[in-house]
Order: sequence, then structure tokens, then C-alpha cells
Amino acid sequence: MEISKDYAVQMRGIMKSFGDFKVLDDVNLDVKKGTIHAILGENGAGKSTLMNILYGLYTADAGEIYLNGEVADIKNPHLAINNGIGMVHQHFMLIDKFTVLQNIILGSENTNKFGVIDMKKEKKRVIEIIKEYNLKVDLSSRIRNISVGMQQRVEILKALYRGVDILILDEPTAVLTPMEIDDLIDIMRDLVKNGKTVIIITHKLKEIIRSSNECAIIRKGKLIGSVKVEDETEQSLAEKMVGRKVRLSVERTPSDFGKDVFEVNDISVRSIRGIQTVKNLSFKIRQGEIFGIAGVEGNGQKELIEAIIGIRNVESGKIKINGKEIQNTSNLNVLNNGISIIHDDRHKYGCILDFTVSENMILNKCRQKPFSKNGLLNDSVRDKFTDELIEKYDVRPKNCKNMRMASLSGGNQQKLVIGREISNNPDLLIAVQPTRGLDVGAIEYVRKTLIDLRDKGKAILLISLELDEILDVADTISVIYNGEIVGTFSNETADENKIGLLMAGGKNNEKIG
Amino acid sequence: MFSSIFMTFAITLMYSTPLAFAAIGGVICERSGIVNIGLEGMMSIGAFTGVAVGYYTGSPWLGFLCGGLAGGLLALLHAVASITFMADQTVSGIAINLIGPGLSLFLSRLLFHGATTTLPVPKKLPKLINISSVNFNVDITVLLALIVVITAWFIMRRTKWGLRIRALGEHPAAVDTLGVSVYRSRYACVILSGILAGFGGASVTLAIISQFTPTAISGQGFIALAAVIFGKWRCSGAYLACLLFGFAQALVVVLGGGNLIIPSDILAMLPYILTIVVLILFVGNSSAPKASGKPYQKGSR
Repeated sequence: MEISKDYAVQMRGIMKSFGDFKVLDDVNLDVKKGTIHAILGENGAGKSTLMNILYGLYTADAGEIYLNGEVADIKNPHLAINNGIGMVHQHFMLIDKFTVLQNIILGSENTNKFGVIDMKKEKKRVIEIIKEYNLKVDLSSRIRNISVGMQQRVEILKALYRGVDILILDEPTAVLTPMEIDDLIDIMRDLVKNGKTVIIITHKLKEIIRSSNECAIIRKGKLIGSVKVEDETEQSLAEKMVGRKVRLSVERTPSDFGKDVFEVNDISVRSIRGIQTVKNLSFKIRQGEIFGIAGVEGNGQKELIEAIIGIRNVESGKIKINGKEIQNTSNLNVLNNGISIIHDDRHKYGCILDFTVSENMILNKCRQKPFSKNGLLNDSVRDKFTDELIEKYDVRPKNCKNMRMASLSGGNQQKLVIGREISNNPDLLIAVQPTRGLDVGAIEYVRKTLIDLRDKGKAILLISLELDEILDVADTISVIYNGEIVGTFSNETADENKIGLLMAGGKNNEKIG
Repeated sequence: MFSSIFMTFAITLMYSTPLAFAAIGGVICERSGIVNIGLEGMMSIGAFTGVAVGYYTGSPWLGFLCGGLAGGLLALLHAVASITFMADQTVSGIAINLIGPGLSLFLSRLLFHGATTTLPVPKKLPKLINISSVNFNVDITVLLALIVVITAWFIMRRTKWGLRIRALGEHPAAVDTLGVSVYRSRYACVILSGILAGFGGASVTLAIISQFTPTAISGQGFIALAAVIFGKWRCSGAYLACLLFGFAQALVVVLGGGNLIIPSDILAMLPYILTIVVLILFVGNSSAPKASGKPYQKGSR
């Protein structure tokens, strides 16, 4: 395609390597002015790297960038901002302790000649932008006290305050509720209507279909193609992204529920700050049931999980596994009673990145026979066990048992963690965001593993912020809001809109459907 | 009675002033995200340089200025190690604390005929108030320190630099993505903290005593550091903490001079004990700058 001023951004022959690893290989990109342009690719495909180059955070090894038909040298974010490019990062770049207004003006403050900031003037300016783009947010709140959706608005405001014409959004929907996603899409349309150009980086197909005009697909660092979104379906986009046929939703047959295995009865839990974040919460899980808890982050999920696995005391109420009370005991006691957990943050809780794969595989077994005897570890038993897991869960590379855990991809790390937990043969498996940060192929595998385990008659508690995941996998779906279960549905009767509303604090008039 | 109240007041101001210079430096440095336990070393070199320059030029003001510069130079070393080379900031700070006094003694032997104690300066910094009848005198440095505290407070709260410094200590990557250089800003803050600590040191040897001795700076840098933490990383809080520690020192002097049965050695421990007690009792865990102590690497992955 010709270089032309009808295009807000054109990138030509972009190359980038980190060490020996080629992240981007001769990538071209054309973004028309006044459109919403999606960049689709799996994790590690290079889409964020490409945009970080456009924003000046990384320097390309080779290639050119053209803005409005003219070549631009963007060496750092400062130049990007001067060239009218703004970026909202996946992990928000906001300062918790600062107010919304302080965050917006930081780095581009209007001051008198002594450097003193005129807060009144700044406020007026920001309020004008808020009105123009309909981005309501309370300027005097501190970031740590507002919701993730609001924080995202602050990020967008930050860019608009700097007068950008091109706004890059990196995985903007990963942390939002369904309603917040609707709002975001409206905001993006408003931006385009006002002449801005929006680029969104994502691996979520649904949102591309709903929001974007065009879509560039990147696979393993190469541009596979640019398509008009109106000609595509979720399925066709997914196949282009992964490069093979994929199943977007797992096959699940209705399950035969057995007897009650696990019960949470009227528990209340206080958070580390002393606030009651779980309030008189009860539920039961049967054999062969996947019990999903949907909810926005920070509605008591963390404390609920911590109470169940015995690292936080409950204030009142009971937690029972196979009829035995386990609340306020110890983590070890919980484990010994047949509860295993897949943590959402595998780097923080699930494994030790600097240990080898095989060392990681016996973290919770090292005091049991035959893995150790009289306090001495048995390496050959450990290695054999690891090889079995690698084989069974199709971990790549095959010979990874002596490699550092950190050198594996996220998907393979997660397969190992899941394999290790399932090998405990638990009666209840808790899976917290088990597919977080994984790509389509790995997600498919993890969900299928959970359903297989259910078909073997195990009970599974699935806690996820992603409603799609819960709708896809869970037999029973509960919604947690403000520490309480505000609605419970069977999978067949679950209605996405209604659940989305409940997650955001709406009222439910019906009980179990 | 009146005379001892005046004296307590005067001594409180006298002892808190060097601490205040260093503590404000500490606040600025730590708010920018660099831990500075090297204040002690920077004060020492400032104390020596102040006297050496004051002695040879005869001008205490020139000495005072050079004391600040010397502290700033030593801080530059800390900045290079901890910002450019991403060394552990605590280890680098310990090195500064060893270099500062060591270098001072070495230079003292070189310049003052092999003695570790320098000769007294011909002229000390002037007094602001001096009423000898009631034992009340206040050094000019007291006023300077107060000006530094107020200026620093104003900069931190109301100016764009203050906003950026506070942001640096919380989330340097955010500042970087807004086009402000993290490295350059942190260098400026660390060097400024060294200059202030150097002033602190020089204010001991040029206003309070008139010469440099190996024990002229004995723990004041650490007490200033405690004041930073006790003051919850705020200029005003840190200054109040310095006044408290100064008051403890004043008690040592006033009570020690009387006929109390407490041995003076025990009494002399008071400021240090107070430091520990205050740190145990009053400091929560929430107010430290979040990114403090973590080296920042651009675009790390």
C-alpha cells in the first residue's frame, strides 16, 4: 500500500528481536484515519511489542513509521505524545495515592514560571474534555478508591489531555465487566466520531467483531493479513489467529451430580484491612459439578479463597469437606483433607520460577513418601513423576524437567501446575482464573481438563473474572457481589445479560432459574 | 528556671538543625524512589569539607557551601551505583557511610599535619540571636534549615517537580510513559539530598562546634533517616521529628548538667533510644513510597 496522508499510522518492515528471539519479523501495518483498528494475535505473538515500538517504548531494529503520510522518528514516549500518539497500557500506569486530576496532569502540568501548578485552571481544562467525550469520572477521588473501569477512563483522559489523535489501547477489556465493556465500546465510538483514530490490541474476538472496522492479524511475529471485520466471524478470526481449526467453546455434556462434597455455610471473613469482605456466604458443591463464581475483582473472592484454603480465619460460619469442618485450621490440614488449588497468579503462588520444573512438581509432595524418606529427597522418584506429568499433559519442550520453570511459556507452566494439583487426587479442586494470560490453544486444553475431571466425579470450584469462561465451563453459576452471592443459575438457564447486571451490582428478582 | 527553659529551647533548635537539613534531603531522595541510608557519610564529608575550606579561606560561608558540594559529590557516587548500575541501594548506602568518614579522616591527616582533628576555623557562622544573660542563642543555620524545610514542602506540594518526584517513588514506569526521564529526575533528587546532608554536616562543624573531629558526626545521619521514616516521608513530619530528637538531646544536656543521679553515659543514650522507641511505636507500614529501593529498568520484560 502507498504511503498516504489518509492513514494515521503506517508501519513498514518493522523488525525487533529480544536476544536471539525474533519477536517481530518484517511487519507492515496500515491504520486509516478515523477508524477503530484491531490488532489480533495470541499471547507472545508480538502485538504489544509492535505497539510499544509505535509509542517509543522500544526501538525497532529496522523499519519505518509514517504518521499522516510523513516519516516519523519516535525514539521515546515523549516524542510519541508530541506526535499525537497516546497509549493506555494493559497494566495501568496510574499512581494509586494520587487523585484522578493529579494523574491526568502528571508530566504535562501547566505552571507559572516558578513551576507552581494552577490546579483550578487544570481542573477546568479537564472538565471540558470530560464533557466533550462524555467520560464521567470524579476528579478528586484517589485512584485506589475507584473501579477498574473508571481507572481506564482516567488513562484515556490522560491521553486526550495531551491532545493525542491516535489512541492505542492494550488489551482494554481484560479486566472489565460486561457492562464496562459496553461503555468502553461507546467511548471508542465517541472518540472516532470526534476525529480520533483508535488502535486496540486484543485476543478477544467478540469485542473485535463488535467494535472494530479493520483487523490486523499477527501470528508468531509475522503479519498474517489485514481484514475488514464485517466480512469475518469469530470462528474465522480465531482460525487466522491460531493458524488451525479451533473450538471456541468446549464440549460439555450434562453431568450426573452425586452427593454433596463441599459446603460453605454462612461464613463471614474480614480482609487484611479489617473490612468484612465476605458476608454470610453459603454454597454447596456436589460430586461431578463445576460450581462457577462470577464477579468483578475485589468483591470478596480473594478472602473467600483464602478462608477455604486455611490461610485466613473466618469470623463465623463453617466450611466442610466430606462433612468434616476445616475452617480456621491450617493450610496443611486443608490439603490433607482433599482440597487442591490452582492459583490465579501462578508466578506468585503456583510455582517458584527460579526452581527447575521437577523441583516445582514436588513442592507440595516433598514431605510424602516416596518423594522423600527420613527427610531426604529422592531425586529419581521426582524425575520419574515429572516425566509422567510432562507426558500426560503434553508439556513442551518434552525434555524440560531440568529447565528453569521461568523458561517455559505461560501455557506450559499452567499445564504443569494443573497436572501437579490434579495428581493430588483431590475431592475438591479450586481453580481461580485458570486460563488467565493463556492463549486460545492453551485455554481450550485447560477447560477440557476441568471438564474431564468433573466427568470423573470430582467437585470443582471455578472462580473467574471472565464471564465467558464461567458460562462455558460451569454447571452451576453464582454471582458474587460485595461479599454476597446475589444470584445462582444452572448453566442451561443462565442469561449473560442478567449475570452481567448482577456482577455490576444490579438487583436480581428471581432465584434459581 | 527561666534560663534552663531558654537553654532547652536553644539546644533543641541547635541539635535539630543539622538533622533537618539531612532529613529533608532524605525525604526528597526517598520520595523519588531511591533509599538513602548514606546520609551519615554525606554529613561527615560535608562536616569536614566545611571546616577545611573555612579554615583555609577564612570564610565560613564559603566553607558551608563547599560542605554541601562535597555531600552532593558523594551522593553522585550513590546515584551512579544505584540508578545507572542498579546496585542494591542499601549496600551502596553502606559503602557511602564507610567512605564518608574514612575519606574525611584521610584528608584531615593530609591537610592538618597528620591529625584526625582539624584546627578550629577562625570564624564561625554568625548567630541570629544572642542573649547571653539568659543563655539564649540561635544560629543562622536554624533559619536556613527552616527556609529549606518550607521551600521543600512547597515544591513537593504545589509544583510540577514535586508532583513528579512523588510519582517517581510510587510508579516510575508511569512517569516514564508520560515522557519524563526517570533516570535524570532521580539523579537530581539523589544529588540534592547529598547537598542538603552536606549542609547538615557543615552546620555541625561551622555553627555548633568550630572544628572537625572524628566524632563530630556520630549517628546524626541515621537519626535523620529515622526522622524521615517517623515523619512518614513528609517534609513537615520529618522536621517535627527532628525537633523531637533535638529536644531529647537538649534534655541530655540540661539534665546532665544538674545534680541528677542518672549517669551521664546512660543519659547520652536518650536520643538513640528515643529513635528506636519511636520507630517501633509510631510507624505504620503503609506510608513508604511504593517503588522505593527498587532499581528501575526501562522496558524490562
